[in-house]
Amino acid sequence: MYIKMDSDHSRFKKIVRGWVRKELKNFIVSGDLMTRLPKAGGGDRTLTIPLPRIQLPQFEFGSPDESGGVGQGEGEVGSQVPAGQQLPGGEAGSESGDHSYEESYEDEITLDELASLLGDELALPRIENKGDRKFERKHHRFSGVLNQGPESLHHFRRTYRAALKRSLAAGDYDPKNPVIVPIKDDKRYRSCDPILSPLGSAVIIYMMDVSGSMGDKQKELVRLTSFWLDTWLTHAYKGVEKRFIVHDASAKVVGEDVFYRIRESGGTLISSAYKKAQDLIASEFPPADWNIYLFHFSDGDNWSQSDTQTCLQLLETTLLPAANLFCYGQTESRYGSGQFLKDLNRHFEGKDAGKVVTSQMADRGSIIDTLKTFLGKGR
Amino acid sequence: MARRTYQSLTPELSQLAYTISQAAKQVGLDFFDTIFELVNHRELNAAAAYDGFPNRYPHWRWGMNFDRLSKTYRYGLSTIYELVINTNPSYAFLLDSNPLVLQKTVMAHVYGHVDFFKNNYWFSKSNRKMLDQMANHATYVRTIQNEVGQDQTELFIDQCLCIDSLIDIHAPFKLTAEVDNEVQAPDNLQKIKAKKYMDSYVNPEDFLEAQRQEKLLKKNRKKKFPENPQRDILQFLMNHAPLAEWQKRILGIIRDEAYYFAPQGQTKILNEGWASYWHSKIMTEIHPCEPSEILDFCDLHSGVVAEHGDQINPYRLGIELLRYAKKRWDEGKFGLEYLSYDSPKQRREHVIPTDLGDSKIFEIRKWHNDVTFVDEFLDEDFCHEHKMFVYQYDPASKQKVITSRNFSRIKSELLDSITNLGRPIIEITDGNYKNRGELLLAHRYTGKELKTQQARETLAAIYRLWSRPVHITTTIQKKPVLLSFDGSDHHTETEDVPSMSLPSTQAS
Repeated sequence: MYIKMDSDHSRFKKIVRGWVRKELKNFIVSGDLMTRLPKAGGGDRTLTIPLPRIQLPQFEFGSPDESGGVGQGEGEVGSQVPAGQQLPGGEAGSESGDHSYEESYEDEITLDELASLLGDELALPRIENKGDRKFERKHHRFSGVLNQGPESLHHFRRTYRAALKRSLAAGDYDPKNPVIVPIKDDKRYRSCDPILSPLGSAVIIYMMDVSGSMGDKQKELVRLTSFWLDTWLTHAYKGVEKRFIVHDASAKVVGEDVFYRIRESGGTLISSAYKKAQDLIASEFPPADWNIYLFHFSDGDNWSQSDTQTCLQLLETTLLPAANLFCYGQTESRYGSGQFLKDLNRHFEGKDAGKVVTSQMADRGSIIDTLKTFLGKGR
Repeated sequence: MARRTYQSLTPELSQLAYTISQAAKQVGLDFFDTIFELVNHRELNAAAAYDGFPNRYPHWRWGMNFDRLSKTYRYGLSTIYELVINTNPSYAFLLDSNPLVLQKTVMAHVYGHVDFFKNNYWFSKSNRKMLDQMANHATYVRTIQNEVGQDQTELFIDQCLCIDSLIDIHAPFKLTAEVDNEVQAPDNLQKIKAKKYMDSYVNPEDFLEAQRQEKLLKKNRKKKFPENPQRDILQFLMNHAPLAEWQKRILGIIRDEAYYFAPQGQTKILNEGWASYWHSKIMTEIHPCEPSEILDFCDLHSGVVAEHGDQINPYRLGIELLRYAKKRWDEGKFGLEYLSYDSPKQRREHVIPTDLGDSKIFEIRKWHNDVTFVDEFLDEDFCHEHKMFVYQYDPASKQKVITSRNFSRIKSELLDSITNLGRPIIEITDGNYKNRGELLLAHRYTGKELKTQQARETLAAIYRLWSRPVHITTTIQKKPVLLSFDGSDHHTETEDVPSMSLPSTQAS
């Protein structure tokens, strides 16, 4: 026996997605999200998201929890209501939906889906078609015709043609009175196919300050931001290369896992990270073949002004000419002044051709804004 | 029964279904042809999500049901054993992963249900071709979706579903409304028959005038709209709300289905009790299971009729009350003498072998619904024997606490919770409230209050159908209250609440 549930089920899922989209901001910044996150890059990348119960209002009495009711079992008047003796295997029922069920609904959603909800307004800016290791972007295009589909995609010309052919073949066609009446079999509908369009090779280099001045809060904020950045980018662009650099007074290239979990402390020499990135680019990612995107997160509390000068120099002479985009996100510093952000902005004002993007991240609420600043379309 | 009815079953199950059906006939059950469908758990969950009708109209709610059922199944929280629909022939679903003894039990249980569907008075007005009807509904909704769009259709259905409990569950059994003979012109007066020359004496002018006045009064009362409070609010909205034709028809579909499912809610305890009574009887006496199966059967059966603590398990209450009634009528525990005893001891010792038990329970299955069944057969002895109690939620200890084991309190609380399917009684008292085309509903307060927030949201849903402000009189914290929604804001009026007993006093 075949019972088709798919359309109603996916309709429900769609409504839930609508909910999730509306509440996206809260999900993204929700406190325990990091602990729920599946291991980066590993296996089943799904999240469980608690949602309020979806319910149509009705005139209803308060629940027995509020008003009481009738029960069955042992116990003196005044004692607690005994627990039921429900056996595993549960309830038999010929009717569904008449038992009050859990007040909240949990939805499972894959990271991929969540990323797609982050919006179409994000994009990697200024991608150039270079290199031979292509990465691809997926989109849909109406390219085919099917004989089934929704009325909204009805293809009039093709339907007409099919009907005309049929009536010609059947000999009904009267040139004096050329009325064509399409029947169900004649109907044609547009259909869309996913299209992968190659965009070029790209690498994204994430750099994070893990020095002592970055408190746990700051690190978490940075991780959350880079996590969503990464989630969205991996979703939108298949085949993007990724590299992770952490730095305090010295920098090292680490794996994704380490990047999200490391706890380091020490001084801050931002230039160390930039040098590392420079080495990385020189050894693995020649700018002629690669689109290079740099993301750096720090509290902006650099060790010395002279190191800042080194950084600016590095950026100006090697990194920026090589990179398509340099994004700098700065958390609020516990100690320092956040001087680095000001220095960056002052130095590059008007002469970076929009390659330098900076964002001040006050708290979790600014994660989405930061993403939009970094990857907003139209730049 | 024709062979073809079992074609989706394995030969073994098909044979079993035949054996069980013979056993069921042997005990006197009388059922429609029953077609068993062997399904996997996904299909069973899908069928259950559609309330047993796989061809329901498209709506996201089925998807939600399905999602929930699939999850509870996956986590092992509950399994649906049996699903049967009230049609002729009846269709029932068997889960393919169930062990054989469970299949047998389910079959016996299903024959109990189908016998009940066929013979119980409250199902007598059911459309037994509901599968076809549901298919027609689905086709119509799909057509409308193509015409006005899925979102709009679904939104409208959502609004209808907010009020699909506002029907008059007794309406199908009421005699047709009194014939309206007031339509006559007011000057067509009833004269006493008299010869022409006597007429002015027999029917003097003041007598005629009095009649004229009375007619006028009646005519004025007719202006009350509706004339009497109406429980079938869906019907009222269908007839009088400013809706498009397709909206009226969809409202009608929702109403039809609500009426179709109402008897199942009305007879939950009795129906489940009846089916459990017979599956237990058949499996242990008529067509006993194999010795190797008996433990599994007991395990299953005790799970089905387990006490739920803070909830009445309809299976348990139903089967126990039926057994109790059978025992009473087997032992002659009825009639004036029996009822006049004061002590339980006297009642216990009053035994006259009458053997009327079987015919009594068949009589119960014929005429009763949950309310009448509980009202008539739940007595003090039963209540004590089955350790029933009334509980309240105690906010201080955050626990549910047993408050009483008093028989009359238990009974009235229980009856209360099943009256009108446990839903509040809501009526339309005035369709032209304040003479401004506003809608006035009344909640007949019976000691339980409405959830206020939900009530407000429901008012908003009705507003979207009625297009004029909507009000409801109810009782909050023991005081009469008028809740209103005028299209943009909710109001709560505690002073000057229109009286519930005298509807439409404002209409002129």
